[in-house]
Amino acid sequence: MEPILQIKNLHHVYSRGTPFEHIALEDVSFQVERGEFIGIIGHTGSGKSTLMQHMNGLLKPTSGSVLLDGEDIWANKAATRQSRFRVGLVFQYPEYQLFEETVYKDIAFGPKNMKLDEKEIDRRVREAAGFVGITEQQLSVSPFDLSGGQKRRVAIAGVIAMEPEILILDEPTAGLDPEGREEILANINAYRGAKNATIMMVSHSMTDVARMADRLLVMNHARLAMDGAPGAVFARADELVEMGLDIPDVTRVFLRLRQLGLDVEPVYTVEQAVMALSRLKEGHCHA
Amino acid sequence: MLKDITLGQYFPGNSPVHRLDPRTKLIVLVVYIVALFLASSWVSYGVMFLFLAISIAISRIPLKALAHGMKPLLFILVFTGILNVFFTPGETVLVSLGAIRITAEGLVRAVFMMLRILMLITGTFLLTYTTSPISLTDGLESLLGPLKAIRLPVHELSMMMCIALRFIPTLIEETDKIMNAQKARGADFESGSLMSRVRALVPILVPLFISAFRRADELATAMECRCYHGGDGRTKMKLLRYKLLDYKTFTLTLLLFSAMIVLRRFGM
Repeated sequence: MEPILQIKNLHHVYSRGTPFEHIALEDVSFQVERGEFIGIIGHTGSGKSTLMQHMNGLLKPTSGSVLLDGEDIWANKAATRQSRFRVGLVFQYPEYQLFEETVYKDIAFGPKNMKLDEKEIDRRVREAAGFVGITEQQLSVSPFDLSGGQKRRVAIAGVIAMEPEILILDEPTAGLDPEGREEILANINAYRGAKNATIMMVSHSMTDVARMADRLLVMNHARLAMDGAPGAVFARADELVEMGLDIPDVTRVFLRLRQLGLDVEPVYTVEQAVMALSRLKEGHCHA
Repeated sequence: MLKDITLGQYFPGNSPVHRLDPRTKLIVLVVYIVALFLASSWVSYGVMFLFLAISIAISRIPLKALAHGMKPLLFILVFTGILNVFFTPGETVLVSLGAIRITAEGLVRAVFMMLRILMLITGTFLLTYTTSPISLTDGLESLLGPLKAIRLPVHELSMMMCIALRFIPTLIEETDKIMNAQKARGADFESGSLMSRVRALVPILVPLFISAFRRADELATAMECRCYHGGDGRTKMKLLRYKLLDYKTFTLTLLLFSAMIVLRRFGM
């Protein structure tokens, strides 16, 4: 099957021809398969946000192309607009974009812009609210009366209600407490499971991306530095640290164990760590 | 993009114009503007232009940057020109089309008016391009100091101005972000009737206002935490002091002003 999203030789230069010229993306190419969960990591200013805003046509590439289902999203105006609905983008701190009188109306903003009929809008609002755990009563209150974590989930529901095939989130868990973080990540997984959606998530938490993603993209100095499975990427720990990035805590522990002479494979999630340790223990018992 | 707005942006530098006391620059600007309105002939405009050109050259502000800042004001400039061409009464009629008459006097006047506005704006830009907002408000506070005697809260006013200036770029960035986020939800700001375009602004303005209030609140708390309580007994780290350069500039400006009065006296 054809990949749902193809990024080809993407370049982006800000404020071209002025003293403030700044290259944000340089020759970035990759493909996204339907249903994948991709984690995007990179230090601040590495081009992650610029990259995200190319996926739904908010930014126009200086050169290169973005193909959605094989069609260039800049082919014509209708294609660009269509890409806005098919690729849902959740910005950082999305709760600062809430504006309606009620939670219901705010979630309905996207579907309304899609010119859907009342019944379809209603179905989508309720379904989206369900994915993020917003109750029936909360739909009729003002979004500004909710807690920080709830606001964030309403804002995410506002994008999910458009039922995008690709959902892109920029640090969806930034500034939340551990409980709020777990909830948001579970909400994202629920949406992915129900709609077989493709997810791309930017995160600074290596532990989160290691746990959630099937594939990692590493951005460094406007370029795509690595593209591979979490295991393969985290195996190159030295390079990641050199880029100013981190590795999951458990990976760091295991790399140190190896240095100390223990025979363990590098792991990147706690589950894997438990398995590796119990294997090790069994080995010792049999020996 | 909104970020491209450069109206009155500060260009850091270390030229003699940058180093002048902000009070000097403010006073010189006021004198310069008055002198500009005294000018009424090619000779006097020439003198003013020379003064401005030399100031720009010394400041090392690139002409491109000045021209770029001028763009949003182009409309006013052209409008003034057209108005003066058509509505100046005069003897020497060049073109006459029914009620519309273009006279030689009108053309000359239009050119003078446009030159005057152009030089006025360029002069003002030179001030804001070479003076950081903080030193500008510092200078203003010091110049308005005597008004404290009539109970005008000068320090508070200048603090407000300083904060307002400081937050312009922040709010522009914020607007950009909110616009992008609403566009990602399919909001359309570029098409539709006037009414629907105005309505499309609501999803931007509401979050923008909320965030502005939130920022104001946070800033107020932060200032109180550092025991800010207005201007009473407050000392400054950087005291403004006139230096030799400032006195030289004052002398030059005084010379320019006298020259303009003399030129006007002789009808030039």
